[in-house]
Amino acid sequence: MTFNGILQILLFLAVVTLLAKPMGVYLTKVYGGEKTFLDFILKPLERFIYALCRVDAAAEMNWKQYGVAMLIFSLMSSLALYAIQRLQFYLPLNPQSFAAPSEHSAFNTAVSFVTNTNWQGYGGETTMSYFSQMAGLTIQNFVSAAVGMALAIVFIRGIARFETEKLGNFWADLVRGTLYVLLPFSFLAAIFFVSQGMIQNFKPSETAKLTESFVVQVDKKDADGNVIKDASGENVKEDQTIETQTIAQGPAASQIAIKMLGTNGGGFFNANAAHPFENPTPFSNFVQMLLIFVIPAGFTYTLGRMTKSPGHGWAVFAAMTLLFLAGTFTAYWAESAGNPLYPATVNQQVVGGNFEGKEVRFGVANSALFATVTTDASCGAVNSMHDSFTPLGGLVPMVNIMLGEVIFGGVGAGMYGILIMIILTVFIAGLMVGRTPEYLGKKIEAYDVQMAMLYALIFPLIILGLTAISALAPDFGLTSLNNQGAHGLSEIIYAFTSGTGNNGSAFAGLNANTLWYNTAIGMAMLVGRFLMIVPVLAIAGNLARKKQIPPSLGTFPVNTPLFTVLLISIVLIVGALTFFPALSLSPILEHFQMINGQSF
Amino acid sequence: MKNEISIWDRKIITQALFDSVKKLNPRTMLKNPVMFVVEVGAVFLTLKIFANILTGLSGSLGFELQITLWLWFTVLFANFAEAMAEGRGKAQADTLRRAKTETTAKLIEKDGSIVTTPATELSKGDIVYVEAGDFIPGDGEIVEGVASVDESAITGESAPVIRESGGDRSAVTGGTRVLSDWIKVRITSNPGETFIDRMIALVEGASRQKTPNEIALNILLAGLTIIFLLAVVTLQPFAIYSNAAQTIFVLISLLVCLIPTTIGGLLSAIGIAGMDRLVQHNVLAMSGRAVEAAGDVNTLLLDKTGTITLGNRQASEFIALKGVDEKFLADAAQLSSLADETPEGRSIVVLAKEKYGLRGREIHELATNTDFVPFTAQTRMSGINLDGREIRKGAVDAIEKYTANGNGHQSSTELREIVERIAKAGGTPLVVADNHKPLGVIYLKDIVKGGMRERFNQLRQMGIKTVMITGDNPLTAASIASEAGVDDFLAEATPEDKMALIKREQAEGKLVAMTGDGTNDAPALAQADVGVAMNTGTQAAKEAGNMVDLDSDPTKLIEVVEIGKQLLMTRGALTTFSIANDVAKYFAIIPAMFAATFPVLNALNIMGLKTPQSAILSAVIFNALVIVGLIPLALRGVKYRAMSASSLLQRNLLIYGLGGIVAPFIGIKIIDVIITALGLA
Repeated sequence: MTFNGILQILLFLAVVTLLAKPMGVYLTKVYGGEKTFLDFILKPLERFIYALCRVDAAAEMNWKQYGVAMLIFSLMSSLALYAIQRLQFYLPLNPQSFAAPSEHSAFNTAVSFVTNTNWQGYGGETTMSYFSQMAGLTIQNFVSAAVGMALAIVFIRGIARFETEKLGNFWADLVRGTLYVLLPFSFLAAIFFVSQGMIQNFKPSETAKLTESFVVQVDKKDADGNVIKDASGENVKEDQTIETQTIAQGPAASQIAIKMLGTNGGGFFNANAAHPFENPTPFSNFVQMLLIFVIPAGFTYTLGRMTKSPGHGWAVFAAMTLLFLAGTFTAYWAESAGNPLYPATVNQQVVGGNFEGKEVRFGVANSALFATVTTDASCGAVNSMHDSFTPLGGLVPMVNIMLGEVIFGGVGAGMYGILIMIILTVFIAGLMVGRTPEYLGKKIEAYDVQMAMLYALIFPLIILGLTAISALAPDFGLTSLNNQGAHGLSEIIYAFTSGTGNNGSAFAGLNANTLWYNTAIGMAMLVGRFLMIVPVLAIAGNLARKKQIPPSLGTFPVNTPLFTVLLISIVLIVGALTFFPALSLSPILEHFQMINGQSF
Repeated sequence: MKNEISIWDRKIITQALFDSVKKLNPRTMLKNPVMFVVEVGAVFLTLKIFANILTGLSGSLGFELQITLWLWFTVLFANFAEAMAEGRGKAQADTLRRAKTETTAKLIEKDGSIVTTPATELSKGDIVYVEAGDFIPGDGEIVEGVASVDESAITGESAPVIRESGGDRSAVTGGTRVLSDWIKVRITSNPGETFIDRMIALVEGASRQKTPNEIALNILLAGLTIIFLLAVVTLQPFAIYSNAAQTIFVLISLLVCLIPTTIGGLLSAIGIAGMDRLVQHNVLAMSGRAVEAAGDVNTLLLDKTGTITLGNRQASEFIALKGVDEKFLADAAQLSSLADETPEGRSIVVLAKEKYGLRGREIHELATNTDFVPFTAQTRMSGINLDGREIRKGAVDAIEKYTANGNGHQSSTELREIVERIAKAGGTPLVVADNHKPLGVIYLKDIVKGGMRERFNQLRQMGIKTVMITGDNPLTAASIASEAGVDDFLAEATPEDKMALIKREQAEGKLVAMTGDGTNDAPALAQADVGVAMNTGTQAAKEAGNMVDLDSDPTKLIEVVEIGKQLLMTRGALTTFSIANDVAKYFAIIPAMFAATFPVLNALNIMGLKTPQSAILSAVIFNALVIVGLIPLALRGVKYRAMSASSLLQRNLLIYGLGGIVAPFIGIKIIDVIITALGLA
């Protein structure tokens, strides 16, 4: 670790902290229907949308109505996205004339973007037309994020309101979140990215002549395009000289901005934020990370403000910050320490540690930081290959997701995730003050605990269950592995963790583009999003109905450092303890094996 | 009944040992999902051992036997905890039950004849005749007569109490005994539903319903159990993938160690013990829900008299009229009170002695023709005739009448003013007259009980508001309220005002506790979240409240709240402890499971446990023993201190949270050393 690296990490945190309050205030205004500085352009647009869709924005819904509206909207979104992909050959803006992706790939992608996961089973620049990228994927980048934010707001409303069934209007929350929050900030960010050299055009891919050609070995094919095999069944190889390079083009900047701000993470290019067009400079890298955290961090302040206990918002922020720092510095330390298996002749100190799979323009510190940020939040964008991290460095992103992506978390998703954890914290520790548990003036009772446990249960059920099936299936589960042993298990666990957690990043060593993984991860994404939203809404509805209990000196304090420590403990115990046995056979085992000279 | 039962009472322990085996019945176990899982595991492993022996497959029989045995012990220990709590409750109940046996009743038939019937055959509405020496056959209301009743069977108080028809003293409790006179009682409960029956059932835990918070906690524990079940079930596939497949013995050991057996095993014991602690304070709760609510109380309504102030007023000042020497007044007042045995009278004698050095003269020291005039309802005065000198004291109107009848001394405006001033300040004025001439006034004042201010301060720190209820005028109430340090007061309170206050507090989301005894208190007692009825109160009051204080001591409301808080704290502390324990257990078991295949994982064996088998066995043994070790804590409750929620939380977290993480590391290591030394693993 270098002083410079540490400084950059702390600088990043400082800027996030500074942005939390203004963002939080702004979110409160937007969702409270208050006046904002953008009303002069957006208000007419908002009214027009309501008129067009015949939405009565003032008509508030109860939790069931809200949930049904959200589910219908998401279902329609999935169908639309599926249709756009399958029909892209007939649709405009397809200069490369890409054919439609296969049914299961289109299904996987549709689910992936609607659930805000952005797990990508395809290479963007070689699969998707510009129309599919812009009208399909980018729109989902906006609205799936807006759905997440709406749910977080509903939960906060549930806490802030008393003795009511009404939690707000889904359509209004969706429209306002998109118009007032996501659109303007993405717009600014896109312009900034272009200034950094990010591309934004509709040109087909360009071909450039290499200054230095090179030779690769490829499978030899016969005239019909079939691979020729030798007597022993091995593919016959032949040399091929590579003289040109294809350089992908397209409207990248407009999609990248919302990809980060909406914690979507789906790359325009296959290499995601490691691609020079998708993340050209260290400065753009810094801003991209900020975009990931700014809304989730703002939500902590919104929580404090809407529930009239700003101290509580900051206590939650503090818990997230501490967990974030712990993850970042563990990853940074592990990556800087490098791999002891390198021969002594490779001086890792010169390059700064384990440099495999990292971009030179970002370095170890910013790669470790990016990996932590993208998995703390449910973003899933990557600027380095997590698969190439050291075992402990790779453990950090995995654990971040397993904790439920509550360390700032996805837009909205992080907030409702941490609120579930808070409810469990208050319930477990709240009794110790000699009162039945209460949270911000609400009694936490059997129903709330039941729903919170349901939420906490679904996560390990899907991740561990699907990984276990894969680990036991040599034909469909293990054939996808490029690595054996502990690292192979890590790859499978990571894939399902990422899918269920709606993260979308990957340990790329696993070939997930198979029938089993496409289907299983697709289901994991759906369950990880929508099945977990139902208990969230149910709790919000139940909380809103409750009477207020006035706070007193005897009330369990939720705005103290002690609460922060407690919350962290519960996040770690509920999250990490469940996965510890599995992790002990994957990254942890791999780490000790590496120390003892074994690799995969 | 007030005697505390030792935790180590041999009879209770023996009975509990038997009961813990009886409770192995799966149908009983099913009520406790966590321990049910352990039992299923134990049954499974037992069968597996038999199967292994039959097929000659035994790998390491000694280890497997020990694991299985300790799982059974885990279940038995949890059952033992519950049985202990129930046993202690039963011991309390037995005292009650003794009072209940073999009572016969003299039933008055419609024609007026008296028939002797067993008490158990009485039903609601029957009228029975009870005379001196008889036990009252059931709960009821006196319809005719007055009697002194020995209620020591339920209150432990040996002094008899007077019960009479009509008014607030007409309720009698089955099992108590009439000492003098006779009464006719209308039975108000059906057989098996009497007050004592309900008490016995509740105390024994037989009819114990799970409280709302207990239900919620059970859901959490069941949820955690399922999560850990998942973690363990899916571990085997990962182990198979890693070529490190585990035996069922090891997997079930891991599961049992991870699921929250500590709190799961002690939860119901904690609840029963909470009720039991109330009984030790001579308070009977009608439901566990009431005890839980007591912990949540925000507002305490306390009756002034008897709770905040001593029941009786005391002389605090002698105010002489113009031209009268204060000492002369004091002397006259003392003389008039020498024979007055009431606390007020005694306090006058004492005040004169303390303030003016007037020694209380003994009666025989006085002149021979001394004649004490006792208080009568007609004169409403008392006093002394001493060598022709007439000294009287009494309420101002009575004395006025007396002075007017005599030498015609007219009541002065000065006297009127003094009397009014005292009355306004909340005191009781007693006018002293010497030979029909008023001398001055004795100021009788309410005396706030010692230590109440501190007590109210503690309550305030716990976030509990105290409201004094009094029939006094607002001025008086205010002065006593500020002296006692209560937060608020309700003056000139009628039952309707009380009710309105409760509803107002509840509308703000607060939980209210109160005490009451009269029939007119009944609606308020029913409305309050915690309504403690005095045992001396009417049947209506007792029915309306959700607790009954057998000692009829309104101050006890504060203790009731503390017991409620203690119950909740104990639950929270043990839950936290139980969950925190898991960290250490992972570090014991996970390396032990995989060290054989991956020796590098021994790096996780930070406790340095001897062998994989000893590590797993130690964790399982620790897990079982910790239940036993915590039984006293569960029964006694965690130490309660009046402090703010923040400090309480900090303290309990340090002990039970941090302690819960550290303790098993030490405990498992010690057990490992011992079983290794004994050659058990």
